[in-house]
Amino acid sequence: MAILVIAEHDNSELKAATLNTLGAAKQIGGDIHVLVAGSGCSGVAEAAAKAEGVSKVLKADAPELEHGLAENVAPVIVELASGYSHILAPASTFGKNVLPRAAALLDVQQISDVSAVIDADTFKRPVYAGNAVATVKSSDSVKLITVRGTTFDAVAAEGGGASIEDIASKGDASLSSYVGTEVTESDRPELTSADIVVSGGRGVGSAENFAIIEKLADKIGAAVGASRAAVDAGYVPNDYQVGQTGKVVAPDLYMAIGISGAIQHLAGMKDSKVIVAINKDEEAPIFSVADYGLVADLFEAVPELEGKL
Amino acid sequence: MKILVPIKRVVDYNVKVRVKADNSGVELANVKMSVNPFDEIAIEEAVRLKEAGTATEVIAVSIGPEKAQEQLRTAMAIGADRGILVQTDAPIDLGGVEPLAVAKMLKALVEKETPDLVIMGKQSIDDDSNQTGQMLSALLGWSQGTFASKIELGGDTLKVTREVDGGLETLELKMPAIITTDLRLNEPRYAKLPDIMKAKKKQLDVITPDELGVNVSPRLSIVKVEEPPVRQGGGKVSSVDELIDKLKNEAKVI
Repeated sequence: MAILVIAEHDNSELKAATLNTLGAAKQIGGDIHVLVAGSGCSGVAEAAAKAEGVSKVLKADAPELEHGLAENVAPVIVELASGYSHILAPASTFGKNVLPRAAALLDVQQISDVSAVIDADTFKRPVYAGNAVATVKSSDSVKLITVRGTTFDAVAAEGGGASIEDIASKGDASLSSYVGTEVTESDRPELTSADIVVSGGRGVGSAENFAIIEKLADKIGAAVGASRAAVDAGYVPNDYQVGQTGKVVAPDLYMAIGISGAIQHLAGMKDSKVIVAINKDEEAPIFSVADYGLVADLFEAVPELEGKL
Repeated sequence: MKILVPIKRVVDYNVKVRVKADNSGVELANVKMSVNPFDEIAIEEAVRLKEAGTATEVIAVSIGPEKAQEQLRTAMAIGADRGILVQTDAPIDLGGVEPLAVAKMLKALVEKETPDLVIMGKQSIDDDSNQTGQMLSALLGWSQGTFASKIELGGDTLKVTREVDGGLETLELKMPAIITTDLRLNEPRYAKLPDIMKAKKKQLDVITPDELGVNVSPRLSIVKVEEPPVRQGGGKVSSVDELIDKLKNEAKVI
């Protein structure tokens, strides 16, 4: 049995979510290969070859694979599929975009957002915004799975010594082309892999006020997140959103500030090790999941906290 | 230009769902059902394109029980011209009609109705799979613009802005295309009473999966459905100083 893990990367760096996906592959058990599909992605292939437990890296290096377009990447996966019992990708926007396309071409019913491995055919996954957990058993000959990174430990990034093999791209499908990216510039840690996340909600009140959240985050080296309400209100960009339809995070410390705690938001952060909630409404549902709840006006408590830390 | 909008009948997003006592699924009896919120955004986008004179016809499609006609009527009240229900009594949330089977049925409908664009939700809020649009796109050999927050039509191409992990990504897609909606594409309107009345008279065809030649038997079996582990929260601190003390000395996370 061999498992193929689809690497997430930007052609220069292997993204951390890949290491968590490798952690899930390790739990399934078997020979683990990694596909690096990109352009000028040798450095990424070398990084993947060093990851713990990887025995082979397949590198497809071609201009049409540069931006990870699903129409061009999925055929590369399909071509490789017959050699594998499982194909895994991170449940990131990249994995969610590409893997179902490959699954349909292979006539496979993908299993999305897997949070636990029971055995080689059986997996757990959250449904209904995390209000229920389904255990599902697949009858497909090859299993295509996206992996919820926060529920699997990352494998070590160093120590492995896999071989790297070049494979061919399947060409440009000429269905889509990349125009550009509006990157949210930030020196802060990445939201999904940060040890500490400080999130603000509607209670913060405005984009300008969000500066107090950011100031606290910077003081303690945290990533900044937000509730859907704060994103919808335009306080922060969309990629700050923590929740079932945004990003799922599980840091050592999650601080929810001015967030009421809608089900949708809780689904994205309730696996955090320690949760702090600061909200002036003592009835807010966020307090029911918080280890340390502070009923206070955030405009007083947050600057005080920032000053004293 | 014709637009096809697949929609799904799901538990209303305000309902706190309960797992069935026998762990076979989620309790759906006597629970408020609605159009999947992402699909409502898809209908709104299609209707706006029609109002702008870009689209000529908007067809809403649903796969589900007889009662899914209610959701198709909602779509028609927002402004879809007609509806098609592929009626099945199999569960559509868990352990029944799965994304791959839905994509196959939609493919058959696309071949019959020949739309130039399909706009659909990025995921349904019941099984949260986030697969059907990508699968339909693959089966048709079309381009895909998933998690869209903005679309701009330009003749035989379409520019789509996508909500991705690092920010916003813009792609140019060759038409025909599949678009899946994210939350910020638009804010769906509330249907007005006269439109709800008018929707009752619009054409709604009912067909079966067999007529589309699609086998809907599931590939995944549901072993069990459970409540998620309950997090023990509710702890309170009375001051910022106490919070800092707890974080440093009890939780040891700072």
